[in-house]
Amino acid sequence: MTVLFGQLFTGVSIGAVLLLVALGLALTFGQMNVINMAHGEFIMAGAYTTYVLQQTITSAGWSLLVALPVAFAVAGALGVLLEVLLIRRLYARPLDTLLVTWGVSLMLQQAARDIFGSPNVQTRAPALLTGNVALPGGITVANNRLFILGLAVAAVVALTLALRLTPLGRRIRAVVQNRDLAAVSGIATARVDRTTFFVGSGLAGVAGVALTLLGPIGPTMGTNLIIDAFLVVVVGGIGQLKGSVIVAFALGVLQATGEYLTTLSVAKVIVFVAIVAFLQWRPQGLFTLRTRSLA
Amino acid sequence: MTTVTGPATAADEPAAPAPPPPARRAGGRARAALGFAAGAALLFGAAPLVLSDFRLALLAKYLCVAMVAVGIGIAWGRGGMLTLGQGVFFGLGGYAMAMHLKLADAGPGALPDFMQLYGQLDELPWWWRPFASPWFALPATVLLPMVVAFGLGSLVFRRRVRGAYFAILSQALAAAMVILLVGQQGTTGGTNGLTDIQGFFGYDLDDPVNQRTVYFLIAAALLGLLALARQLIHSRYGELLVAVRDGEERVRFLGYDPATVKVVAYVVAAGMAGLAGALFVPAVGIISPALIGIVPSIEFVIGVAVGGRATLLGPVLGAVAVAWARTALSERFPGTWTYLQGLLFVLVVAFLPGGLASLWALRRTRRATPDRPPWWRRVPPARGGRTRTEVPAA
Amino acid sequence: MTDAQNDGLRVRGLRVSFDGFTAVDGVDLDVPAGDLRFLIGPNGAGKTTLVDAVTGLVRATGSVRFGDRELLGRDVHRIARLGVGRTFQTAAVFEELTVAQNLDIAAGAGRSWWTLARRRRRLPDEVVAALDTIGLADRADHLAGTLAHGQKQWLEIGMLLVSDARLLLLDEPVAGMSHDERDATGALLETVSRDRTVVVIEHDMDFLRRFARTVTVLHAGRVLSEGTVAQVQADPRVQEVYLGHPVDAPTEA
Repeated sequence: MTVLFGQLFTGVSIGAVLLLVALGLALTFGQMNVINMAHGEFIMAGAYTTYVLQQTITSAGWSLLVALPVAFAVAGALGVLLEVLLIRRLYARPLDTLLVTWGVSLMLQQAARDIFGSPNVQTRAPALLTGNVALPGGITVANNRLFILGLAVAAVVALTLALRLTPLGRRIRAVVQNRDLAAVSGIATARVDRTTFFVGSGLAGVAGVALTLLGPIGPTMGTNLIIDAFLVVVVGGIGQLKGSVIVAFALGVLQATGEYLTTLSVAKVIVFVAIVAFLQWRPQGLFTLRTRSLA
Repeated sequence: MTTVTGPATAADEPAAPAPPPPARRAGGRARAALGFAAGAALLFGAAPLVLSDFRLALLAKYLCVAMVAVGIGIAWGRGGMLTLGQGVFFGLGGYAMAMHLKLADAGPGALPDFMQLYGQLDELPWWWRPFASPWFALPATVLLPMVVAFGLGSLVFRRRVRGAYFAILSQALAAAMVILLVGQQGTTGGTNGLTDIQGFFGYDLDDPVNQRTVYFLIAAALLGLLALARQLIHSRYGELLVAVRDGEERVRFLGYDPATVKVVAYVVAAGMAGLAGALFVPAVGIISPALIGIVPSIEFVIGVAVGGRATLLGPVLGAVAVAWARTALSERFPGTWTYLQGLLFVLVVAFLPGGLASLWALRRTRRATPDRPPWWRRVPPARGGRTRTEVPAA
Repeated sequence: MTDAQNDGLRVRGLRVSFDGFTAVDGVDLDVPAGDLRFLIGPNGAGKTTLVDAVTGLVRATGSVRFGDRELLGRDVHRIARLGVGRTFQTAAVFEELTVAQNLDIAAGAGRSWWTLARRRRRLPDEVVAALDTIGLADRADHLAGTLAHGQKQWLEIGMLLVSDARLLLLDEPVAGMSHDERDATGALLETVSRDRTVVVIEHDMDFLRRFARTVTVLHAGRVLSEGTVAQVQADPRVQEVYLGHPVDAPTEA
């Protein structure tokens, strides 16, 4: 039983990381049908932001807290830059956007190598987040994982509320559901797109901050995560966040269980097969906006 | 059919300048034959004369990449399937060949060197055994990738998973394959891959003469694939494939199952990548996860994009050019090459999606149909009107 | 096409709903073989959805029989192979292929892989004939993307002809056409309907009056009225749904 709960928590914790990464993607992919391969490098930017802040703010706790909004802004700004310079020109060609942003991600990785050096760097975690909590039943969970879980949940709640309650959120949802109608209803879709991209990319920055708690920071840290995160969005279905939330945790648990029963590498294959099988059942993802339009 | 309806009005319209005669058919065959002869002369005559053994070996490697590119040109350029996981098929072909060569190197009954080194195994794993026979291993280099592509392709295309979704899935397949290979170190060689391959069906691969033979083999295979690709592109199937790319639903309403059409192109591309992988192994002497993962898979696509995805020769020339530039530049300025590679991708895909071939085609289109705007000035379909997979709610 | 008797469309109790919204609500419709039927009705009446259901694009309940075959439950491409062809509101031709290639593809749904793997040596007879019928013979080697809007619509109809569709469902074929183009299209439809069954969704009342043999009026997912043009025009219920105006008031949506 303890083992089971331990595995479950590992899975949930993997899911939380996936969710943090995928949340921003769900927004940009969902709204603009844009596959931003540089999203992983925005994560990296967030992580390096934490690293840089720690050079000036010596308290690990404070630097982490400051890093959250700063990384959000840094990654968000990068996202807006990318949107304005390239992506907006390519809206009619989603596949080409994928390739273009991959080129951008290459350049960003190299930039990180030139600025921070190829070897990975490490941040200090606040003392509060280094220990474990013992739960009743002999289960121990790592504080940093708990923190990330909390952060992921907070991000989902904040994003959901923002989408539901703020005028901007309403506009975003309107554009997701029917871009043309939104446009003729007087919504400046271009500006909404830019804002969405800012928020989506900013969330990648936040994910980057969280990842500094789990391991070293390196130029390619984003690439490893980005595919799993895209799979989350694909399987979750676009246009709604709840799909991504459910799928992130489900994939996390599946991965953890698979790893426990077999090996890490076999677990990856199991997850892939499960995803292809799932798409047989729901090719549009778990949740999808219903339309009757035929292209 | 007595009333002449359409023609009446059509003729009344200010007629466009008389259409050019369909020259593409008449001279096409002769031109192609000439092109192949020139290519053969270049690959079999000029290159071995001019290039040193070292450079020729590099060219052999590039030509393998070019073979993968021919397949991507068909699947992506003609069929619209952006496959970001061709490394998987390249790898399957490569590993199948390398497994056979390792077993042949080790001699009958013996374990390959790396298995002895890790010392976890006393006997050959069951799935290695068939590869001892060349009669199994050689067909497997091509058929194994095709079978995998058929399996994945039929599953996803039939369920109308396409566009970006397919691209991501194909990339995830590459990721999963690499992780699997790395994880099973005892039987796959892990991160190192299968290295240090000595012989090729009894010939010593260290011998420059034999290396040269391998090069000729590769050049011949590339020409063969080009001929196959040309036939495919100009066949009725090739036209159908373009139709599926541009209007999958429309094709469905004409009574075809687009999934089948796509699967065929995907499987052909996979077979080409498999053959390329198989020939890559004797040329370079190694196959490893780093050569087949996400990054190499997407690099295969760069060459195709640069050369011109929808043309026959564009992918080949693009792949060779990019691979060559990579060697030339990354030796001297490793960092700069990465920037350049990224920039190349951004510039070509964003601003010249037809690749360098479109510059050439542009000259010809201008001459041929003056009333037709060049492709980049044509208005792209409005976005937003398209749902992401273009499937109505069922 | 002497078996035209078998090419009638018979729809019974057809129902289509999207997430609780019923777009087609129990439609019964009979289109006898060789008819040139116009489907009209206000926006949202379910005209396009009806065609979607018949061609297998949306799931529906009820029964749709073409000749002696049930269409509901079959895949889109299977229905097409049975001889049911359709066009879309926006012309959907393959712009990167020539006019002849477009027609050749449409003519070839039954081709073997062996035929597909080879080049087209010459145009099939039916393609040559269709090129004449739709008046694009001199454009055969032009890319379809270079055609004018009206010509694209004709090409689409031509594609249905060569695909040997015996039931043609045309969604607003004359929308956006000039007056002359409309006339030509109407004449084309009359020719086509001699040996095939044609159903046209149309908003253009002038066009309808000139070419419709029979008319079905849909409203809110149901059949409101059916008959000849004169009968339908005289039907008070039809006048009512068109906001109390005579039926010819709403010309364009």
